[in-house]
Amino acid sequence: MSFNIFHALVLAAAAVYGALWFLRSDHGASANTFLRYALILAASFLVLAPFAWLVAATFKDPDVLNEYVFFPPLSEWSSDTLNFKNLRVLFEPRQTSAGTFTFWLFIFNSLFLACTQTGLQLFTSSMAGFALAKYSFRGSGLVLGFILGSMMIPPILLLAPVYMIIVNLGWIDSFLALIVPSAVSGYGIFLFRQAMLGVPKELLEAARVEGASEFRLYFSVALPLVRPMSGAFCLVAFLASWNNFIAPNVFLHSTHKLTLPVILQQYVGDYSSQYGVFLAGTLIAILPPVILFFLLQREFISGLTSGAVKG
Amino acid sequence: MRRRQLISAWLFLSPFLILSGVFFIYPFLWATILAFYQTSGSLHSVFVGWSNFRFVLSDPEFFRALRNTTVFAAFSVFLQLPLSLGLALLLNSRKDRWKGFFRLILFSPHLVGPIFVGILFSVLFTARFGMINRFLHHVSGWGLDLRWLADPALVMPALVLTSLWMYVGFNMIYFLAGLQNVSEDLMDAARVDGAGPWQRFVNVIVPAIKPVALFVVIMSTIGSFQLFELPYALLNGTGGPDNAGLTIVMYLYQHAFESGDLGTGAAVGWILALIIFAISMAQIRISRGLESP
Repeated sequence: MSFNIFHALVLAAAAVYGALWFLRSDHGASANTFLRYALILAASFLVLAPFAWLVAATFKDPDVLNEYVFFPPLSEWSSDTLNFKNLRVLFEPRQTSAGTFTFWLFIFNSLFLACTQTGLQLFTSSMAGFALAKYSFRGSGLVLGFILGSMMIPPILLLAPVYMIIVNLGWIDSFLALIVPSAVSGYGIFLFRQAMLGVPKELLEAARVEGASEFRLYFSVALPLVRPMSGAFCLVAFLASWNNFIAPNVFLHSTHKLTLPVILQQYVGDYSSQYGVFLAGTLIAILPPVILFFLLQREFISGLTSGAVKG
Repeated sequence: MRRRQLISAWLFLSPFLILSGVFFIYPFLWATILAFYQTSGSLHSVFVGWSNFRFVLSDPEFFRALRNTTVFAAFSVFLQLPLSLGLALLLNSRKDRWKGFFRLILFSPHLVGPIFVGILFSVLFTARFGMINRFLHHVSGWGLDLRWLADPALVMPALVLTSLWMYVGFNMIYFLAGLQNVSEDLMDAARVDGAGPWQRFVNVIVPAIKPVALFVVIMSTIGSFQLFELPYALLNGTGGPDNAGLTIVMYLYQHAFESGDLGTGAAVGWILALIIFAISMAQIRISRGLESP
């Protein structure tokens, strides 16, 4: 081992901290601020390093993948060290028993399933949440109790019987097996119920007096008022579907119907000697959630934590 | 018009009620019955009484899985959550315009699904060339040849490290939200009374964030006991060397879907559900006990 940049950084940070502590007369307040930022920056570095590494591995030539930890130094940048070889191999048409497909197909499958499930869950959950928050009727407490209780049951317990139901319905190897059972979400109903509690009753009554139907009250009055929750829930539902592995792995068989997590798990074996290829696929697979997150991040953080903080 | 509202309410609930009847209540009852049957594939089944449970509870593999899962859950609660809280405290400054920025960065690993994280980290953990060993070597001069995913003693540490990367920032978000409940007046009063940072933490911050902390502890215990995709991808669909990375759900998956014995799978599922229920109840009780000493 030789003295390197990591040691230099740690030493420099310690020196600045010491200097701030001794030289300033503000009881160490600026030294504390410095230490805070140093620790936050170190944590951010540890969090971002795998992402940076993944980007580098995708664009490095397969021959120099292990030569540099991240990117090669600027002086060695050329099409021999950095190129699109991994991506080209990834998107090459692949022959399977069911025909020839490219990677685009799996991206499309994942997008189609995630968008369908998110849309359906958003609709059914907000509607049911509205019913539980804004109507008082016998049985509503029971439904809410059932929803909260159902969240304690590990989903894996139901997988075997659900598998048998799917077999009996003839939905094995069909997208229906993934779309229909997950068209509703107890968690989503609970989140929307909490949010819809804040919709003023007077607003609904006023709309009723003007002759609006009950569906209209839900769709045109209540739903626009809980838009932050809708944004947060969209991201939660999209992530759950996009990253889902067990259900598509168990219910889908034909190669051309697989989703990204399942096909990439297979690519790890298929491309074990050229792992730049499945790493490129992994990079592509994490882009859509990241893009959606940056579009919805404000709603997301507040929506995610509202249930936990209100208790 | 009350009648119209009543009908509407049930109509609004109907998609959920119908689908959860078919895909939750019915399978739930079926899982209970299935646990007492021996099945092969989805067609043949024979009533076998308690013998699925007897088989599982005398299978050393199951106890291996139970032990691994419990160790992982313990690391989640006693290592990962304190780190999350620590980061939240660091980030929770009154006037800091970088707060939102760092919050996004630290949260970002949670966007990556466990399968993708597993695939990525299975390469990062490679001996010699993997980023993690190279980093260790750079910092300490040691560790270049650690075979994280091939050495039974290192599989669990590798799993814990990976899950730290995935979840520390995620749970930090909850603690940050909880810290909004800490009264600044109380903090200032404690400061004036000469309470040090530790005393302020124990007497002002901890009581204020307790509801969130309990929520996070329970959620992360429940999540830990259902660990599956991460080790599955990290160890390429196996339990790892000497089954050092075998979890309860992986054990269930192997029996139910790789060997086709759905009955044993259902029995393991029930045992898992009872474990999760018992631990959650215990955690709630402990937190109530701490409230009124």
